[in-house]
Amino acid sequence: MSVTTVIRHRFFWPVLALVVLLVSNVFFTPDFFKLEVRDGHLYGSLIDILRNGAPLILVATGMTVVIATGGIDLSVGSVVAIVAGLACYYISKQPDQNAVSGVLTAVALGLGLALLLGLWNGVLVAGIGIQPIVATLILMVAGRGLAQLITGGQIITINSDPYDLIGAGYLFTVPFAILVALFVVFLAVLLTRRTALGMLIESVGGNAEASRLAGIRSRRITIMVYVFCAFCAGIAGLMVSSDVSSANGNDAGLWIELDAILAVVIGGTSLLGGRFSIAGTVLGALIIQTLTTTIYTTGIPPEVTLLFKALVVTIVCLLQSPAFRAKVFRGRRRPVAPPATPASEEPKVEVPA
Amino acid sequence: MSTAELTASRRTWRDWVPTKQLPVLVTLALFGLMYGVGVLQYRGFSDTQVFLNIFIDNGFLLVVAVGMTFVILTGGIDLSVGSVVALSTMVSSSLLTEKGWSPYLVMAVVLAIGSVLGFLMGCMIHYFDIQPFIVTLAGMFLARGLCYIISTDSIPINDKTWVAIADYKFRMGNYRLSVSAVVALVVLAIAVWILSYTKFGRNVYAVGGSEQSALLMGLPVSRTKIAVYTISGFCSALGGMLLTFYTLSGYGRGAIGLELDAIAAVVIGGTLLTGGSGYVLGTMVGVCVLGIIQTLITFQGNLSSWWTKIFIGVLLFAFIMLQRVIRLGRKT
Repeated sequence: MSVTTVIRHRFFWPVLALVVLLVSNVFFTPDFFKLEVRDGHLYGSLIDILRNGAPLILVATGMTVVIATGGIDLSVGSVVAIVAGLACYYISKQPDQNAVSGVLTAVALGLGLALLLGLWNGVLVAGIGIQPIVATLILMVAGRGLAQLITGGQIITINSDPYDLIGAGYLFTVPFAILVALFVVFLAVLLTRRTALGMLIESVGGNAEASRLAGIRSRRITIMVYVFCAFCAGIAGLMVSSDVSSANGNDAGLWIELDAILAVVIGGTSLLGGRFSIAGTVLGALIIQTLTTTIYTTGIPPEVTLLFKALVVTIVCLLQSPAFRAKVFRGRRRPVAPPATPASEEPKVEVPA
Repeated sequence: MSTAELTASRRTWRDWVPTKQLPVLVTLALFGLMYGVGVLQYRGFSDTQVFLNIFIDNGFLLVVAVGMTFVILTGGIDLSVGSVVALSTMVSSSLLTEKGWSPYLVMAVVLAIGSVLGFLMGCMIHYFDIQPFIVTLAGMFLARGLCYIISTDSIPINDKTWVAIADYKFRMGNYRLSVSAVVALVVLAIAVWILSYTKFGRNVYAVGGSEQSALLMGLPVSRTKIAVYTISGFCSALGGMLLTFYTLSGYGRGAIGLELDAIAAVVIGGTLLTGGSGYVLGTMVGVCVLGIIQTLITFQGNLSSWWTKIFIGVLLFAFIMLQRVIRLGRKT
């Protein structure tokens, strides 16, 4: 099948990296690949990676479609914190924290707010025409403040079994968080690859103005991807807060936007937009999570993760950079390169709006 | 549509307001307004020392924001500044306290580390044509990771010279300024001179206006682009040093989110994020606005610290909208 050859080309390096990371774990934890069912729950290091990586997978999936339109969403971390704060605040005010109706309302409130925040980002970018990085910076800065406003600057701790299910619970022996992440990813892939939506998104990312002239409602698509991204971040926020049964306006989702962007880049989606791969992003997110887990289990100080991330980002970006490839190949043939003819001579032409 | 109305109203004020300086003027007016409110509302706010304290408390931010202004003027962005500031505090404190190096040598080493980091990022951005956003993101991870490798705990500084510098105050009558505030103002003055009166300054604006045109005009685009990131790295390292004078310690988790404050100060100061237009003096006013928000909140007493973030967000929004309106005006 031709699909396999395509996958071999695009995902060869990410898959190899993931496999190498996973296998190297066996040296430190011999039963790394062991899966077992205890008390009707599935346990194992692999499951842990998936479960801990679920919020990142969600956020990165949302980020992928935003980046596919040539945008970026820096505010996801703040959205995670706001939604976590609101949901936990609502539950903490309930007389019976274990009431399913209260939890459902909290979830609905949180996700509703996430949609609104996404709409805000989308309108700033598509409606008013602010650069995505700047438009979402506003919510990134103000959002942390809003999250702390909701939580009153405190860590809200809740004690609710139904809410715990989202991040820490099990359904059909599998952690619920993994199922949710799988479902959202499946939905995103279905919507983008089994309908024309994916192509429309890529078209907008390629050239929003040309797409509009070709009859695509660019603005609507752009707004939609930001709403979807915030929605994913919202679910991640519920998961993160449910996992620890508390909401921390300061720390919840801190730096998740960077990890998500990293996952997207590792997955081979170009930051310039116009092309995307959700499967690649999931791979990228898994690589990041496996890296984190590996570092934890090997006893290297966890803070060193950041150094590895820096290294990975640099290598991946260099490999993706056409200028780098050109220079490396040219350098092999002719040691003395002609004076700089950087790729900036062919910049992405921006059509005045 | 409302564009027509906007155009009509703009014609009237565009005749007598210099569009280029307008964002800075608006920021200045806003600062005046906030200062006025403070003076009317709170006792002791009119004390000149309160105003000077803004520079004492935000000297390091001013230096970092000045470096950021150079980068943003070329149309780039530097996300690594917060981590580089933290790295500088860690390197200074560990070399001084744990290794017992000479303080002057430490200063040189810290500034060199920041500059080299900036230089390397500039090279990656220019020669390999990778987006500044992602390169400086890697730089951010790298610098933060290095902080934690040095130590995950806070390291105090007891070096005599360092403490003496931290305690020294420039006195003018009853008023005083700390060393870091004075250093920040000197850096600001140098930056103003570079951007307004040197060839390099013109190149920075030209590259930000249109890199391609600058290249075709024969301007040294590569040198300029790499230089601005080096300057930003240098300023971050200097900012980190000033921060150690303020806190007399190094902390790897410090200065998280400082890059956002710096970017906010630059934007509020009227520099276009697309590059090519803005003033470093505007950045100073931007830092002052951020500083006075904190001062107002402190004087108010019953507002929590997170309101600062919300106010900064609101201001960012307002100024970005203003920039948008002005840019629309230029096109018509």
